[in-house]
Amino acid sequence: MLAGENMLRSFKDEIGHVLLPGDAFLFDLPATDCKPGKVICGPGLRRNGDVILVCKSGILRHKMPNLFWIDAQQRRYVPAKGESVIGIVTGKSVNVFKVDVGGSEQASLSYLAFEGATKRNRPNVQVGDLVHGQFTIANKDMEPELVCVDGGGRASGMGVFGTGGLLFKVSLGLSRRLLAPHSEVVKDLEGLFPFEMVAGMNGRVWVKAQSMQQTVVVASLLESCENMSAPQRKVLFRRAAARGGS
Amino acid sequence: MEVDGLCSLALREFGCEQNLLSRPDGSASFVQGDSSVLAGVYGPAEVKISKEIYDRATMEVVIQPKVGLPGVRERAREQCVRETCEAALLSSLHPRSSLSLVLQVVHDDGSLLSCCLNAACMALMDAGLPMGCLFCGVTCAIDPEGRLITDPTARQEQNSRAVMTFAIDSAQHRVMMSSTKGSFSLDELQQCIAVSQRASEKIFHFYRESVRRRYSKTL
Repeated sequence: MLAGENMLRSFKDEIGHVLLPGDAFLFDLPATDCKPGKVICGPGLRRNGDVILVCKSGILRHKMPNLFWIDAQQRRYVPAKGESVIGIVTGKSVNVFKVDVGGSEQASLSYLAFEGATKRNRPNVQVGDLVHGQFTIANKDMEPELVCVDGGGRASGMGVFGTGGLLFKVSLGLSRRLLAPHSEVVKDLEGLFPFEMVAGMNGRVWVKAQSMQQTVVVASLLESCENMSAPQRKVLFRRAAARGGS
Repeated sequence: MEVDGLCSLALREFGCEQNLLSRPDGSASFVQGDSSVLAGVYGPAEVKISKEIYDRATMEVVIQPKVGLPGVRERAREQCVRETCEAALLSSLHPRSSLSLVLQVVHDDGSLLSCCLNAACMALMDAGLPMGCLFCGVTCAIDPEGRLITDPTARQEQNSRAVMTFAIDSAQHRVMMSSTKGSFSLDELQQCIAVSQRASEKIFHFYRESVRRRYSKTL
């Protein structure tokens, strides 16, 4: 028997630790529970009977009561249902637009999936435009589908945008941090000069400020604050605000 | 398997760095002594219709030698690396997509195939591709006196009568891929496999420490 064979350790002890693909855990249910425990495995975890297997390298995170996931640093986006992304229109077909969202396949966006669009009233979208939409269908077996309306038929911030401004890429972790409620990064950004920003879960961010220089300053600040800790980031933003970004 | 005292389980010093290139989705550099390989992974990305597989990802490996154009030797190594990666990745989670792995040889001082395998594994982890297990490469050489040398340098490989490279997985420490050159007996082969399995534990421990160091800022 070789030493170093993977022992099935308690899953909960590893919260906050770095795990590698191939690590296996036995989820132990508390003995006093009469109801069967439920564990929700998020991204990076897979279930194999009673064993939980890790399939990505990263930090194990936990949210009460029973949600576990692996927090991994990744650059490539994989479409998932319900996520709102920024796409670039690459083609027009009979009834659909083809949109590049940064995944392995182009997504399709129907002409009628805009607020107030009917068969007579086509949306004014050209090849090369930026659209902000949500996925209604996104799984590994089918072509992903986007819509620019929410469940009630309203736009709620989605649709075509972006005359002027700058589109750039950040990592998926930073875009998730920008879109989180009460985001620290967004609060620090509010201390700079006024600008418009649209962030997508696929790592794409669009920024427009009053002048070209300010736009480029915001873009380079966001690209560089990826690996910084919170105090370093605050210092950097304060220095940029003091210079005024003329 | 009993290993006799004549073999030396000394591995050269390892070095590894992840996420060092800006264009690929995942990248890693692995250094074993003086041998150094740089790996870049792109994926899951669009695939040509002629190459797509309906239920799995299409994996492509390219090995660029330090000098000259890739030849038959590189093609053979590419096949070894590709079969190992396909066995370790959960490619059924990304059907009709392509995964491209590009390996650039920075310096070759022996044990090149195992250095390529180690760099490939770290790059695949860095790209966040779903994997069922990790893998590592270990090279053994048998010199004319019958001594077993692990992780040989280029000079030791030249002077030996057999060179074997094994890819070992992390879940059950079994051999995933083997590539051998030269003449050896069945006993020697089994000894080499046992020694490689012992050496792979050190390499997996090193992987874990590297990834822990990488995530230490965000912990």
